[in-house]
Amino acid sequence: MANTYTAIATVTVGAGGASTISFSSIPATYTDLKLVLSTRDTSTGVNDYPRIEFNGVSTNQTLRALTGNGSSASSYTDTLIYAVSDGDGATANTFGNTEFYIPNYAGSNNKSVSADGVSETNATAVVAGLFAGLWSNTAAITSITIKPYDTSKSFKQYSTATLYGIKNS
Amino acid sequence: MPTKLVVDCSTGAVEEIELTAEEIAQREADAEAAAQAKADEEAAAAAKQAEKEAIAAKLGLTAEELVKLLG
Repeated sequence: MANTYTAIATVTVGAGGASTISFSSIPATYTDLKLVLSTRDTSTGVNDYPRIEFNGVSTNQTLRALTGNGSSASSYTDTLIYAVSDGDGATANTFGNTEFYIPNYAGSNNKSVSADGVSETNATAVVAGLFAGLWSNTAAITSITIKPYDTSKSFKQYSTATLYGIKNS
Repeated sequence: MPTKLVVDCSTGAVEEIELTAEEIAQREADAEAAAQAKADEEAAAAAKQAEKEAIAAKLGLTAEELVKLLG
């Protein structure tokens, strides 16, 4: 990885699982943020869609998704920002792979997010997706919370989240 | 009791914190809202598909044939 990337913090979910993972007190010293997830949660399906919220605010989010599985492709919109990963119906001991890129997170414009993700399973229901999100809020991002799409579910043990800061020097 | 993981980026400290009753209630409300949104989305997609199939039936075509015709 380029030396412009700095791993700000990383976390691994323990034996009890975690309903959410949060990064707080994010420094404003980078230009962009990149959040890398390897997760599996207790949702019953093959796929789940971990969502992100900024500064503890869940409103004013929009999303355009392009996804495909082993049999069809689709495009849709939503009012949450998320990407795809593994639910608990995926092949045992696999974890989905998800990245969120957040440019100009400390600026005073609305915040755009691009994301990609794949679930990992040995079945046609496996999904790969590209996601374009917008948080219509001009506040600098100082915290990020990640949660399963169905918030009554929890991330399973060994799920990991790493937050990278990126700057052009 | 459900817990949340909080990473303080200024110190690197990781805390595992039990959710408060208010957070648990919010979590359940969010889950219900998400389930409703998903159900609405699926219903809208099903209605759209039914509409396509009805139009195709009027023309004596299958939905797939109609898609090919319009493509």
